[in-house]
Parts: sequence; structure tokens; C-alpha cells
Amino acid sequence: METTAEKKYTAKDFTSDQEVRWCPGCDDYVILRTMQKVLPEMGVAREDIVFVSGIGCSSRFPYYLDTYGIHSIHGRAPGIASGVKLANPKLSVWIATGDGDAMAIGGNHFIHVLRRNIDLNILLFNNEIYGLTKGQFSPTSLIGQKTKSSPYGNTQPPFSPGELALGAQARFFARVGGGSPKEMAQIFMDAHQFKGTSLIEILQNCVIFNDGCFNHITDKEVKDDKQIYLEHGKPMIFGKNRDKGLVLNGLKLETVTIGENGITQEDLLVHNAKEQDPTLHYMLVRLATPFATGVIRSFEDVTLEEREDALTAQVKANSSFRKTDDLFFSGETYEVK
Amino acid sequence: MIETKTKPQPEKLEAVVIRFVGDSGDGMQLTGTQFSDTSAMFGNDIATFPNYPAEIRAPQGSLYGVSGFQVHIGSVEVSTPGDSVDLLVAMNPAALKTNLYALKPGHTLIVDIDSFTKKNLDKAEYTTNPLEDGSLDNYRVIEVDMTSLTKVALKDVVGLDNKSISRSKNMFSLGMVYWMYDRSKEYTIDFFNKKFKSQLSLIEANTKVLNAGYYYAETLELIPNSYTISPAKMPAGTYRIIMGNTATAWGFLAAAEKSGLELFLGSYPITPATDILHELVKHKHFGVKAFQAEDEIAGITSAIGAAFAGDLAITTTSGPGLALKGEAIGLAIMTELPLVIVDVQRGGPSTGLPTKTEQSDLMQAMYGRNGESPLIVIAASTPSNCFNFAYEAARLALEHMTPVILLTDGYIANGSAPWKIKTVAEMPEIKSNRITKVKENWHPYDRDSNTLARNWAIPGTEGLEHRIGGLEKDAVTGNISYEPANHEKMTEIRAEKIERVKFNIPDLETEFYDQGDLLVIGWGGTYGSIHSAVKHFNEDSNNKVGYAHFNYINPMPKNTEAILSKFKKILVCELNSGQFASLLKIKHSKFEFLQFNRIQGLPFANEDLIQKFKSLV
Repeated sequence: METTAEKKYTAKDFTSDQEVRWCPGCDDYVILRTMQKVLPEMGVAREDIVFVSGIGCSSRFPYYLDTYGIHSIHGRAPGIASGVKLANPKLSVWIATGDGDAMAIGGNHFIHVLRRNIDLNILLFNNEIYGLTKGQFSPTSLIGQKTKSSPYGNTQPPFSPGELALGAQARFFARVGGGSPKEMAQIFMDAHQFKGTSLIEILQNCVIFNDGCFNHITDKEVKDDKQIYLEHGKPMIFGKNRDKGLVLNGLKLETVTIGENGITQEDLLVHNAKEQDPTLHYMLVRLATPFATGVIRSFEDVTLEEREDALTAQVKANSSFRKTDDLFFSGETYEVK
Repeated sequence: MIETKTKPQPEKLEAVVIRFVGDSGDGMQLTGTQFSDTSAMFGNDIATFPNYPAEIRAPQGSLYGVSGFQVHIGSVEVSTPGDSVDLLVAMNPAALKTNLYALKPGHTLIVDIDSFTKKNLDKAEYTTNPLEDGSLDNYRVIEVDMTSLTKVALKDVVGLDNKSISRSKNMFSLGMVYWMYDRSKEYTIDFFNKKFKSQLSLIEANTKVLNAGYYYAETLELIPNSYTISPAKMPAGTYRIIMGNTATAWGFLAAAEKSGLELFLGSYPITPATDILHELVKHKHFGVKAFQAEDEIAGITSAIGAAFAGDLAITTTSGPGLALKGEAIGLAIMTELPLVIVDVQRGGPSTGLPTKTEQSDLMQAMYGRNGESPLIVIAASTPSNCFNFAYEAARLALEHMTPVILLTDGYIANGSAPWKIKTVAEMPEIKSNRITKVKENWHPYDRDSNTLARNWAIPGTEGLEHRIGGLEKDAVTGNISYEPANHEKMTEIRAEKIERVKFNIPDLETEFYDQGDLLVIGWGGTYGSIHSAVKHFNEDSNNKVGYAHFNYINPMPKNTEAILSKFKKILVCELNSGQFASLLKIKHSKFEFLQFNRIQGLPFANEDLIQKFKSLV
């Protein structure tokens, strides 16, 4: 596993021989191409990368990458990925999952993997619908949304993945539009470099069952005014003319315009993704307009495997047991002659 | 104050069964363990069985709060904790009421009369005091004011609260029983010294009370004789007392060391399997990775991930957990990864009888998954051979690239017995299917031509990058395939792979007779009870009753049919309604299988089995 740096890969090295079978026009293609482009730049040997998925359209992802991979069962990718990483912490482990896979059938695993902070990366393809089973509402579908299983409108209030993640103590949370490969590439790299569980919510348009559900945020014409792309250490500024920004007014975030009411760029909040206290990150996640994208939270914390390694080293140092025979013959034994 | 109602005959005993019963807070598990450990050190064979309530702290004095520990010690081989009891020690009325049925008529009962108050009698639903109403006339009753005597013994010990004083009275009963059976107190006194290292007053108190009980029994002539039980004849070697669940955990430690793999356990707490997790988490010094997951499903999926990454992967559970793991077991079958699933069976269905034993998960182990999903099923049969079968489960999983279900049960998992310690060197070799070098035209589903096990390429190995998953695989390339003929072929390969395991397991053996009138069949944790029943039956009978015990359930040993054909009748005994009998009927349909079944959450009673044998010959 030390061969990493010397090897020069291209996107082609990460492309498997399997024919890609998503619907034409699906954002999944963008995500796949972006990943194939970023992987060679990560400096990790191909054999040290593992992609794990559950079930759903997004979960076909591992088949298309020429790395190690498991396409598992519905909702269980976090368990499998945790086992892979704990078995061999040197591996770079990625989960590809969707809104139904992660937050409905796999909800329990999703919150616990975030809580534990194992060094894994989770790509959450959120399209607010069940695609592979052909169009039922998901845990992120909106109230009133008409789907095959809610012909008169969905009555179940949705999760916001970011709120759920922060509530589950996620240390890294980023959001990006499915049609924004440049930002996506940067976020994939940030997630890779982050030590701990990284969660990336990708607003992924489903062209067949929920087409256009993110248009009000992601369309080229509105994107600059409706999104704020956050970068650590930079002021919270957005808008076509880069003249809008966020300030804190009491316990609420408020949009202000630079130049109006004496507001200057210095009055704007500066994004601190590395802050341990998630309060402001939570407010950013909840903000409807502008919709926050980029790395919202990136708080470096001790990982589970670091804690486990430290404990193991300590127990080993204090133990006289080297081989199992030492254990078997220890304590109360007796001889029969 | 002590009284005997019938004069006992002096006896030289080969074996004796003692049951200590009291309130869950009375320390009966500790008392029983101390007695059995001391007896094992003395050289007796032993078998023990704890019986405790599901409630952690049931109301004091209540019938359902009674906790018990039974120990069978012998100068001969002892194969079960015994069913009827020679000596019953009852610390309160509720304990007496719920356990008197087991005491043999004419045998000895020790009671703490201080606990026979109106309040406790009411709680035990006695309308009259059994010590006074003549209902115990058939037993030899030794009445001891144990609580008062304990207080007297401790009057000079400084720094004890009332709770510690009343908690010590179990040691009074233990002291008495040590004297009665001629045991040394030293092991237990050593134990106090270690356990209460930092609480000197507790060492002093417990030692004083133990001595008080011992000398009380010795001094008062009303206990006329002490019994002696000589050491048993057991193969020479170094022994220790081991509980079934500990033996299971240690079997995996040995298999990991032998195979050179790291051990990964993914598990979720469930009675009665949790002690395996408790044991394995201790062994970080061997690099054991024990992961307590958020649920049963994450327990097994993390193990599947670890297996993919090259660890010896285990998950442990009981029946309800096995149900939750079903889908993931299917994934391990489809991806053909080595994985051991331990099911410590308990009474079911649903939550059932969590602390009681049963063999009713057999069909779930065999078939409890969607699709055609064969795997290896093996079962341990004694507390100490849980070690061998855990090791064997790991060996078979690695050699055949398949999940293996190891069945034990609450009875052998919590029971303890002497274990002649095995060294890792004397355990059989384990040949895994690991592949480390790139071969030309390599595919992840390339198979060993003999076993049909696929090769195991783990992440980190350059050039062997591949994807596996739950979708059907092409038989050659391992890519996804929906092709009809391929699916049928793969289904057959998966079945045939398991079938061929029979060439890698020992033949079935018969005991007592290899042909005759009746073949008694058992499987799993009932070995001790059935073995002792067949032995006793043959001692008093001219009929030839043979015994075959199955540890390998799927596949069955290759000589099974040959053995079945040598007996006139076949009787299958199991703690369910006939699940193994049904399997035998499917696999060996030309024979008739008679059944003997008990589903009471308890092991077989010797006498019940013997009656059944009598009715058939």
C-alpha cells in the first residue's frame, strides 16, 4: 500500500468494463464522471479503494468503478463499509447511497455511522423519490408531492438530510448540486482529505420520476441568487453581483445587501466550517433561501479507529498474553494425572 | 438449632447432584460456581447449569425471582447437570416451593428457617408453613437459622453494613456443603482474597461465615456422616473449568491464530449469546476487533465487510437476531464470503423464553432466507466442545468460502464443564482460499475444482480489483447476469459446494452398539442427557440400543445412511417438535424416524428418555 504516490492514474484507470445503465440525462452520470476524474488525483492506489453501496439507482455506482467494491443489500452499506474500514484502516472507503437507502430502510445505520466517526466518505444521492422501484415518495419527498404511492399528495413530512446528520453528530457535511461538477470535484477531494465520516448530499435530479425538483435552486439562471456556496474562512457572500450576504440577527440568519443600510462586506459572517459547536452550521443547513452549498461543516475530531487503535496498543502493552495458549493456560487450571 | 427428620444411611457415592436456590439477590450463582470449581480442582468430573429469572432484580421473595445453580459432581464421567437432585439448599420459601419437585424422596433439604416468615410464606403463596405442616415428611430436612448464625459470626467484624452481613449467608450454606462432601475451603478463601483485594472487611466477613458454616456442620452431631466422592478417571492433562460461551469465544481466538487472520466480531447484545461478545472484547491483546453494532443487522453486515477485507469474521446472536440477519446471510451466500454466524438458541418464537433452552432454530438456520440459499450448519454438543465447533465453523467457512451457522443453546452456553486445554499447535490446519498474486484471465468467482470454493481476493491486493454483490453472478466472469440458464447453474453450484463439505468433515460415530434394536439419535446440546439415558438403559437391559449424535447438520456425514440401516428402529430426540427428524426424513426418506420431543425450555430428563426407550424395545 506504499506504492500510492508513484503511480499516475487517469480517469480511464478507474472505469470498469461494465456498461453504465442509468437513464439518459440522469445526474448520476455527472457524479460518476466527477468521481472518475477526482480519484486519480487523490494519491491513493487503486487497490486501496473500496466502494460500498446498498440498493437503489445510486447503488449501481461501485460496478462502474474499477476499484474494489460491494453492491450490498438495501440500507446496509454503512455496516459493511464500517466492517471493511475497521478490518483494514488503510483503505479509502466510500459509500454510495440514496435518500431511501440511507434515511428510510437504512436510517438506523445512517445515524450511527455518523455518530461513530469512522473515516469513511458517504455520497448521498438525494433525488427526493424512489427511482429503482419506479416512483414512490421517499423520506425526503415534500408534503403534497404526488407520486405512485401518494396519488393524492404525500402526507409524510420530509427529513432534511443535513439536519438529521448534524443531529447525529456528523463532523463533515457538504451539499452540492448534481449539475455542478466543478464544485462537486472540490468537495469530493475535501471529503477524501477529511479524517472522519464525511457526508456529501448531492441534489441529484431524477429525470424520470421527479424531474426538475431542484430547479428552483440549481437552474443556471437562479443559481447565483438562490444558492450560497460556502468556503471556510471566507465571508458568506452570494448573488449574481456578489452583493448579497448573510448576517446574524438575533437567533436568525438574515440576508442583507452590501451597500444598503450602511452594510459593508466586513459586516458579513465569515464561514467557519471547523467550529466544533454546530449551531451556526445547523442554521445554515435549515436556510431555504439562499440554499447553502459547499462544505458546511468540517470539524476534525478523533475517529473511532484512532480510539480503538490507542486502546489496543495500551491493552497490548499491559498484557502478558502474546499467544492464545497464554490465555488458555492462565488462571485456575489443574492437573489430572 | 438443627433437626433431622429421617436418619440418613451412610453412602459412598459415585456422583451427586446439588442445587442451590434462593432469591436472585442471595448469591446462588456464586455459591454454585464456587462449589463446582472446588470439586473440579479436587478432580471430580462436573457439569453445571445455572437457572435464573429473566428479570434483573425481581421483587425479593417472589416466586419468579428465584435463582438457582445446579451442579453434578462425580467420580465417574458426568455428562449432564443431572435432573433429580440429591441435596437441595433453599434460602427462602419461594425457592423451596419452586424447586422441591426436583429433590429425590428421602434426600436432604437444607433450609434457612430465618427466612420462613409470614411475609415470605405469603409471597411464596404458602397457606401453611411447609416446615410445620408435614408436607416435607418424605425428605431429610436440615433446618438452620442461617441468617442469625451469620450475624453472630460477624458481630466482631468492623466496617460492615447490614446489607453486606445478610448477603454473606450464602457462604454459610456453602461452608456446610463443603463439609458434607469433604471439600477443601482453600479455593474459595483464595477467591475472596482476590475478589475483595481492596475491601479487607469483606474478605474477613466471607471467610468467617464460610468457616462458621463448615464448623457448624462438623460440630453438630446431628449431621452424622460426610459423603466422599473420589476423583473421576479422566484423561491425563491440564484442565480448566469453562463455560460454553467462553469456549465458543476461545475457539475463534484459536482459529484466528492458526489461520494467521485477524478476528473481527460484529455483534449486538442478546440473551443468551452476549457472553461471547463479553469474552471477545477482552482480548484486544490478540488484536481482536469486537464491534458492538447498533443492531443485529449491522452486527452481521459489519462482519461481511470485514470478511471482504480479509478478516476472520464472526457474528453472534440468538434466534430473534438470526431472523433479523437473514437477508444479510443471503448476501454472504451470494458473495461467497467466509463468515461464521453463532446462534445460541433459546425458547421461541418471538421473544419466547429468553433464558431457557430449546433447539427450535434448526429450520431457521437451514432455510430461514429468501431464495435457494444453502450454507453449512453445525452444532456443538457440550460446554467444552463449543471450543472445537467454533474452531471448526471458522475452518469450514475459510476452506469453503461460505457462511457457516454454528448452533449452540442456552443450556450448554451457560453450563460449565472441565475442559482439557487444547493448544493451538494441536488444532487442525486451516487452508484459506486467499489469492495474493495476479493470474492471467483471473475472475473473482474462479473456483477450487475439488471444493468449488471461490478464491478470496482482498482489497489492498494490486491487480485483483473486483466488484461483488447480491445480484446473480455470471458463473465465469462474476459480472451481473440475469441469464436464465446461468441462474440455474449458479444455484446448483452453490448447493453442490455445500454438499461437498461432507468430504471435509468426520464420519458419524455410534456409541454403545453399532447395530441393534434401536438407534437413538440426538443433535447439538442434548448430548449429555441422551448419552447418560442410553448408558443407564443399556446397563439394565438386554436390548441393544445404540446412540448416534450429530454435530454436522448440513451437510450430514457421508456415512449417515450406512449407520441408519443397521438398526431396527430409529428414535430422534430433540427439544422441539421434530425439526431434525423432518430433515432426516427429507434426506433419508427410506427410513422411518420415530420422535421424542420436549418443548418446555428445559433439558431432557433422564427418566423420560428411558421410559421412551422402554416403550420401543
